[in-house]
Amino acid sequence: MELLSRKATCNSHGQDSSYFLGWEEYEKNPYDVIKNPHGIIQMGLAENQLCFDLLESWLAQNPDAACFKRDGQSIFRELALFQDYHGLSSFKNALSDFMSENRGYRVSFDSNNLVLTAGATSANETLMFCLADPGDAFLLPTPYYPGFDRDLKWRTGVEIVPIHCSSTNGFRITKLALEEAHAQAKKLNLNVKGVLITNPSNPLGTTTTQTELDILLEFISTNKNMHLVSDEIYSGTAFSSSEFISVMEVLKNNQLEDTDVFNRVHIVYSLSKDLGLPGFRVGAVYSNDKDVVSAATKMSSFGLVSSQTQYLLSSLLSDKKFTKKYLRENQKRLKNRQRKLVSGLEAMGIGSLKSNAGLFCWVDMRHLLSSKTFEAEMDLWKKIVYEVKLNISPGSSCHCEEPGWFRVCFANMSEETLKLALKRLKKFVDDGNSVKSCQITESQKLKSSRKKTMTTVSNWVFRLSFQDREAEER
Amino acid sequence: MKQLSTKVTSNAHGQDSSYFLGWEEYEKNPYDEIKNPNGIIQMGLAENQLCFDLIETWLAKNPDAAGLKKDGQSIFKELALFQDYHGLPEFKKALAEFMEEIRGNRVTFDPSKIVLAAGSTSANETLMFCLAEPGDAFLLPTPYYPGFDRDLKWRTGAEIVPIHCSSSNGFQITESALQQAYQQAQKLDLKVKGVLVTNPSNPLGTMLTRRELNLLVEFITSKNIHLISDEIYSGTVFGFEQFVSVMDVLKDKKLENSEVSKRVHVVYSLSKDLGLPGFRVGAIYSNDEMVVSAATKMSSFGLVSSQTQYLLSALLSDKKFTSTYLDENQKRLKIRQRQLVSGLEAAGVTCLKSNAGLFCWVDMRHLLDTNTFEAELELWKKIVYEVKLNISPGSSCHCTEPGWFRVCFANMSEETLDLAMGRLKEYVESTDSRRSISKSSHERIKSLRKRTVSNWVFRVSWTDRVPDER
Repeated sequence: MELLSRKATCNSHGQDSSYFLGWEEYEKNPYDVIKNPHGIIQMGLAENQLCFDLLESWLAQNPDAACFKRDGQSIFRELALFQDYHGLSSFKNALSDFMSENRGYRVSFDSNNLVLTAGATSANETLMFCLADPGDAFLLPTPYYPGFDRDLKWRTGVEIVPIHCSSTNGFRITKLALEEAHAQAKKLNLNVKGVLITNPSNPLGTTTTQTELDILLEFISTNKNMHLVSDEIYSGTAFSSSEFISVMEVLKNNQLEDTDVFNRVHIVYSLSKDLGLPGFRVGAVYSNDKDVVSAATKMSSFGLVSSQTQYLLSSLLSDKKFTKKYLRENQKRLKNRQRKLVSGLEAMGIGSLKSNAGLFCWVDMRHLLSSKTFEAEMDLWKKIVYEVKLNISPGSSCHCEEPGWFRVCFANMSEETLKLALKRLKKFVDDGNSVKSCQITESQKLKSSRKKTMTTVSNWVFRLSFQDREAEER
Repeated sequence: MKQLSTKVTSNAHGQDSSYFLGWEEYEKNPYDEIKNPNGIIQMGLAENQLCFDLIETWLAKNPDAAGLKKDGQSIFKELALFQDYHGLPEFKKALAEFMEEIRGNRVTFDPSKIVLAAGSTSANETLMFCLAEPGDAFLLPTPYYPGFDRDLKWRTGAEIVPIHCSSSNGFQITESALQQAYQQAQKLDLKVKGVLVTNPSNPLGTMLTRRELNLLVEFITSKNIHLISDEIYSGTVFGFEQFVSVMDVLKDKKLENSEVSKRVHVVYSLSKDLGLPGFRVGAIYSNDEMVVSAATKMSSFGLVSSQTQYLLSALLSDKKFTSTYLDENQKRLKIRQRQLVSGLEAAGVTCLKSNAGLFCWVDMRHLLDTNTFEAELELWKKIVYEVKLNISPGSSCHCTEPGWFRVCFANMSEETLDLAMGRLKEYVESTDSRRSISKSSHERIKSLRKRTVSNWVFRVSWTDRVPDER
């Protein structure tokens, strides 16, 4: 008899060490401006490190928030005992308002429809448990966040069927692609429960357009039992609030608030990207369907947010002077930093998808591939890790269908480090190294291991090995 | 086609409002010494409120810990970014040592075998996902914590088969009960993957004896299955005997590096010992590296806030604090339990002799109209509505004998406990204890009970307002 569950053991099969290599290499040899200036620069972690100063100065001015005090009085006991899965109402109110502010107050969020979870990782999995049974499927536009393979599928038994997006139209979701994905799911005998998008997109760094949102809403209107999950974790990273259109806005503008579609649209949020607080594990599910809210609330028992953290953040987000300043400053700095990456890349003849959000750019290195294959993408990636000493994310790990695209993060390092990274890359490009193949034996080894793994293991297992050291790096 | 998953829709079936009543009534009319002295006293929440002063004093003396500073320097950024599912090393080290200290430093815990989780609720569910397939079963001795029905079964698809324990031997686990449960599972065509015990027990408040632990280890050895020991109450032991962990037994039997040791897993949490349920700190300890590896990845779905990990690593690293705390905690729990036990005795009510936990397992069989669960429910409603005490009926814990109730003592002040005992005494002494409630309400309850719904759904409705109150 099997001693462990399949969920526990399938983990160890087909770990593709070539993906794991990037992380391993970085950890063996991490760049440090003083201690290790020739180390590998981490550009694969979608963290927002640009506005910690704002947070730290707020904390310094408001010491009560972290120290369990309210108006100078200790509320430690109250917080220590607070485990109500309905969440701290002051926090939910502040969070709902913050979400609204992020959307230029064009929509409002009712805190009674908000369910707190330990990060968006937990929120997404919980939504799957609520909306789908094992064997059901969700359609996701490619490229998508590699973590979804684990978060949406692993313990839930749900399947992902890709909606193929291509560079020909900036990777936008088309009605045709959506219908094709639906048809493909049917061919695979999978019951489609809905569509999940990330808006703004990871890894593209683009906000979903009005057209795309209309297409998606029309799709779930026609398919009466389908849901639309919009993971808006990057909503506060849109360089301008007016460019970010939430699906909630479209519902409101199209006066769909009293229709049944309204109950089938759910939003996921988190403070990990906008506020740069992934360690605090703050996520949320927002739904207009009270059964979903009720079930998700009970399920949140498995991943509640620490009351200590809820209290700190309720104070922070209730400070409207702070949130206004923060959102504005965050947008400014991100836009600035992205410009630096984009122009730096342009200077060496590398283009990237025109982006208006996110903590990364979707970089086009197709012209640097030795051949238009994923093998060549892997070869290039390894060169960039080992020789250029930059850890970036290959498009294939995001299920991109075209080889040669890479996600490159820009908000998790200082300006100087970004400059250095660009300098290294430029040297590599200028040296024409992009076409030189690496040592023969290494190349052969890679080729054969790639062949094996491409055919037999699903990407989520790659991702697991990839993430074996560092989880949660969207 | 269904719009929502089966997990969600099955929830709505058979919600028995009579259980929900206890909580509802309490929330409508909660006791407050000043504002509502005639309100319902909450005795159904297993919280440890006895030692907050010790923690608050420590916090006042060590402001850096909560202030996100280390040696006066801000480490906010570092903590804000820390989301490694391997956990904060200094926290796991401190936690491992704390767990050792609770066990008199007789056994060692390797921090690398600890997996942090958002509370033991998350830890237990994660272990189920790692050890069982949907449809597999775990054997649990009754009575057991009602939350297990949700935590172990809901999303995992695992089943629970009860190991029937009876008052005839103080609800101890016997070999025949174990074997019977195993056979029952087989009869139901369920593959048994292991046994799960809570030690010390909730709701009994007793520690598992060495005999029971030996029996369990032998049993899982012979059946080649797992043993999960939820030791969430390990720091609440106040009796003369020391707490014997399953880890002690493995060591004493020299099984520490054996095959069977890989199938023994411990669950822990700081919710009861330290009284910090709001902070969501739980852990899985396993000697099986595959379990540790899988559980670590699964912990992504319920990581502990780095802010909280840091605070508690500082607290638990302070050995002066931990030894004082554990000592004082035991003392105060013992005194408080004594107060409850004697208060009950004065009302002619006895309870199972206990040496741990935050509650007593109280014997009210003599107050039942009939030896039935219907009568237990009636008595319970009287205690909620008339005596104005919210206590937990044994049937909600799957007890096979009617008339037992779990009564908590550590979540209120001494005065409130006195008041509660006074009320109970009054009730028992008055002839009203034999008076039946009005007919129509009686009939309604009878018909509600007859509907056959699983207890976990009761529990889900019951916990609709306040979850996780073990």
